[in-house]
Amino acid sequence: MNLLDRFFGRQPKNTAVEAKDRLKILLAHERVTTNAPDFLPMMKQEILEVIRKYIQIDKDQVKVHMQRQQGVSVLELEVELPQGPSGKNASLSLA
Amino acid sequence: MSKVIVVTSGKGGVGKTTSAAAIATGLAMRGHKTVVIDFDVGLRNLDLIMGCERRVVFDFINVINDGVRLNQALIKDKRVENLSILPTSQTKDKEALKQEGVQKVLDELKGEFDYIICDSPAGIERGAMMSLYFADEAIIVTNPEVSSVRDSDRILGILNSKSRRAELGLEAVKQHLLVTRYDAERVNKGEMLKLDDIVEILAIPVLGVIPQCSSVLSASNVGMPVILDEKSKASDAYKDAVSRLLGEEVDLRFLQPEKKSFFERLFRRSA
Ligand SMILES: Nc1ncnc2c1ncn2[C@@H]1O[C@H](COP(=O)(O)OP(=O)(O)OP(=O)(O)O)[C@@H](O)[C@H]1O
Ligand SMILES: [Mg+2]
Repeated sequence: MNLLDRFFGRQPKNTAVEAKDRLKILLAHERVTTNAPDFLPMMKQEILEVIRKYIQIDKDQVKVHMQRQQGVSVLELEVELPQGPSGKNASLSLA
Repeated sequence: MSKVIVVTSGKGGVGKTTSAAAIATGLAMRGHKTVVIDFDVGLRNLDLIMGCERRVVFDFINVINDGVRLNQALIKDKRVENLSILPTSQTKDKEALKQEGVQKVLDELKGEFDYIICDSPAGIERGAMMSLYFADEAIIVTNPEVSSVRDSDRILGILNSKSRRAELGLEAVKQHLLVTRYDAERVNKGEMLKLDDIVEILAIPVLGVIPQCSSVLSASNVGMPVILDEKSKASDAYKDAVSRLLGEEVDLRFLQPEKKSFFERLFRRSA
């Protein structure tokens, strides 16, 4: 900070905070895409086929994610079910 | 039981070779039989940093591909007992690092050494993958900078999915964070990511923080691992890191800028 900045009470911008925020957003995204194991698309297809034996659903109604957290990997499976008798969309989530 | 430890980062120029040389030397100084291997095929810098470039006759690649015996390629360090260097070649053939060949060399080294330190090249190509594949532990060298942190995260993902331990479903590769070129003054000004931020993002335990230090360049000029420079802060920081690697609890240092004298402050130039 130079003398003039100090005189007018101007604070230098804290760029480190911005660096941290950008990294958090970017890595949350990259961890699910680039680190996904190679078998994920195939597993998704097979899960879809099993569900289709019982319930008619679309391909994009099944979401499979693998996430690394401290020490463990979490497999997240979300299945959106078609309109049930209650008239609302039901969803089945296993994690 | 000997341990294979890879020093890796993804990003180039963050201090992998400096750290591999310092930590291998530190482990040997503590009495452990240690070998440090250069996986940076084509570039070959470890021998320069270790100061043994004129003693290289055969190398890692000759042992893998040309039937040269390991003992003909290993170079014993002249300063520190228990320390050996396995240099690499400057061949442009990236396929020279064959997986079975690397495994054979590592298996043979395990018979003789307690610690096998692998200096990884930058990137995620063959050399980098080979250097981490057989690792039991990994030292992730990271600078307080967005692209370095991002690449470290990528490497952590690879260790968790593409290493031998991951493929065989064994206990995961033990991961250590080594933050290097840390400038506490700039961190305090909010110009540089602080250690806590990096730890929060990468979520692995800290092995050490190495300050930005002019002694690193001077040591490399004369071919001496910086840990041997008794007066240097980087040397103290690497010694602490070695102690932690050996399971000792040591407080972190160099997280705050040095107190400056009145005159230094008076004549302070902006960086
Ligand atoms: N703590 C430090 N303080 C000051 N300079 C440093 C520090 N650590 C490393 N350097 C400098 O950074 C540069 C790169 O270091 P080094 O060769 O160890 O990195 P690297 O990760 O092995 O690079 P590459 O990816 O090319 O193999 C060198 O000029 C070195 O002197
Ligand atoms: Mg290097």
